[in-house]
Amino acid sequence: MAGLGRRPKNGPRNGPKNGPKNRPKAKDSRPVWMEKPKPAMQISKAIALVVICFLALYPLLAVLATSLSSQSEIANNNGLVLFPKEPTFAAYQTIFAGGVVTDALIRSLVITTVGTALSLVVTVAMAYGLTRRDLVGGRFFLMTALFTMLFSPGIIPSFLMVKELGLLDNYAALVLPTLMSAFNLVVVRSFFMNLPQELFEAAKIDGAGDFRILVQMVLPLSRGVLAVVGLFYAVGYWNAFFNAMLYLNDDKWPLSMILRQYVLLGQPMGDSAVAEIAVPSQAIQMAVVVISLIPIVIVFPFLQRYFTKGVLTGAIKG
Amino acid sequence: MSSNSQTLTPQATPDVGGPATVAEGRRRGRPPANGAGQARKKGLMARIRRDKVMLLLIAPGFLYFVVFHYVPLAGNVIAFLDYKPYLGFMDSVWVGLDNFAAMFQDGAFWEALRNTLVITGLQLALFFPVPICLALLLNSIVSNKIRKFVQSVVYLPHFIGWVIIVAVFSEVLGATGAVPHLLENLGLPRFDAMTTPEFFPFLVTIQSIWKDAGWGTIIFLAALMNVDQELYEAAAVDGANARHRLWHITLPGIMPVIVLLLILNLGSILSVGFEQIVLQRDNVGPGAGEVLDTYVYFHGIQDGQWGPAAAVGLVKGIVGLFLVLGANKLAHFFGQEGVYSSGKSK
Repeated sequence: MAGLGRRPKNGPRNGPKNGPKNRPKAKDSRPVWMEKPKPAMQISKAIALVVICFLALYPLLAVLATSLSSQSEIANNNGLVLFPKEPTFAAYQTIFAGGVVTDALIRSLVITTVGTALSLVVTVAMAYGLTRRDLVGGRFFLMTALFTMLFSPGIIPSFLMVKELGLLDNYAALVLPTLMSAFNLVVVRSFFMNLPQELFEAAKIDGAGDFRILVQMVLPLSRGVLAVVGLFYAVGYWNAFFNAMLYLNDDKWPLSMILRQYVLLGQPMGDSAVAEIAVPSQAIQMAVVVISLIPIVIVFPFLQRYFTKGVLTGAIKG
Repeated sequence: MSSNSQTLTPQATPDVGGPATVAEGRRRGRPPANGAGQARKKGLMARIRRDKVMLLLIAPGFLYFVVFHYVPLAGNVIAFLDYKPYLGFMDSVWVGLDNFAAMFQDGAFWEALRNTLVITGLQLALFFPVPICLALLLNSIVSNKIRKFVQSVVYLPHFIGWVIIVAVFSEVLGATGAVPHLLENLGLPRFDAMTTPEFFPFLVTIQSIWKDAGWGTIIFLAALMNVDQELYEAAAVDGANARHRLWHITLPGIMPVIVLLLILNLGSILSVGFEQIVLQRDNVGPGAGEVLDTYVYFHGIQDGQWGPAAAVGLVKGIVGLFLVLGANKLAHFFGQEGVYSSGKSK
């Protein structure tokens, strides 16, 4: 992958700030040598793009539209509503009137926030520690982390480990087993190592300690990579349902498990406390799906630009 | 993630060669007052004292990997036990290879293995080319605005969890969904894609394409950006048309990446998205929906056959490890560097 090692001069390491302005490639026009494509080619390309976007977005739009429809309209349209004639927020009102979904939503938000923060702290700390090249045991620590990408201990031993630690039916079981991924560690570490080291050498001469350099110099320069890795962790925690299914009783379930129970299996929620949504109507089900989509759709556009700018490709050569 | 197993190679070099080259280069800039030259000759204790902050920072992460990856790895000894939860590891009876013998005689195991290979094979055939084509299409868009927009749209599904995706697919393809009604209106037989066992591998593949084909373009777009632009210019001057350029410049340019990813995918042929399958297995029944990972989960944790299920998990893990290592070797054979160069390849 030697060729991929090259990247444009102002690659990710210059941080997010120099945006498109000084990207040499940001020309918005056809290179001189490229002939103008035939109209037929242009049109078929345009159609392909529209179809792709439609296929990617249609299911999401259908879910949103259905959640805004009344039960009768859904029935009249055979379950396919794309433009609800009389949009109603009844489904959302039912859900947010309190009860299972509201609780699960709050739980999920807390788990995601706390989990992401912990994961980022541990990952950044270890990645920074591993940037010192002649660290005592540095190679050993690095290999310890990297080898975990090659094997997984298996579902059963992992389950028994959590059980032995006494974490059954404890929220920590949703966070600790997936606290860090070696992949993210590598991404962060190689970003740190690509920062201009002279800065840190200079700071060291001025008497700054390792920790202070991390907090005051490395982190402010690393916002882009922290955003991306943070997003990976957050999305992981937000979407995870299997650990919750494995380790938690249903009074502690996050939103993803409610979604599974209520939408996929079509089971009424829990026991007495939630009588108000005993029989899931399709609109309510889809409203739950929309609610669990919202945080992703909100956060995504803010972080999207980092993907196209190659924060990742810096680390994943290839 | 297809790219989570390609590490071994690069790390083999940098820290061995590192101190002599890169680190030394960095140190040369330091004033002698800081004792740059002696840093490496210092005793072990002195180095630990110098690096104590760094070591403390590493400690929590290291502890995590040990507790949640390496200790459970040792827990695979359960595959050789007639494990009873109330007896624990110490008092359960050692049964040697009995669990493995039972595994080979279990029809459900062979079924799970077959399903796994059918699904991964289908994904290799149908999923793998999609990101490449999509990347070529994206790369050919001249307008930056439109390209960025399409990129955003196709990246989005990658961040949607499997529970949501399965729910969305049931909404569209399921019994009450849009597509069956469409078929009915066209006078075609009703077809519930979510619960037809024969269709299950295709369903899983379609879902994977919807979720990850867009995200998969990142790697190929990076490769395309690194194709030497002057080649295109020279070829165009020599009269090569768009098709010629695609065939003789673009494809050869990204071929190393394609080969590498193909090999690495072959290395993970025993792994299917666990969450995706476990959510839908009961829609089609274990005959079509059981894969190796779900076999371990349902037989082990649900039915309490701890030992035999762990044996299946262990065999899968070991064979999978060798496949990945073999794939990496193969990638080297084809002259690739391995996927990570940990940012040091300059």
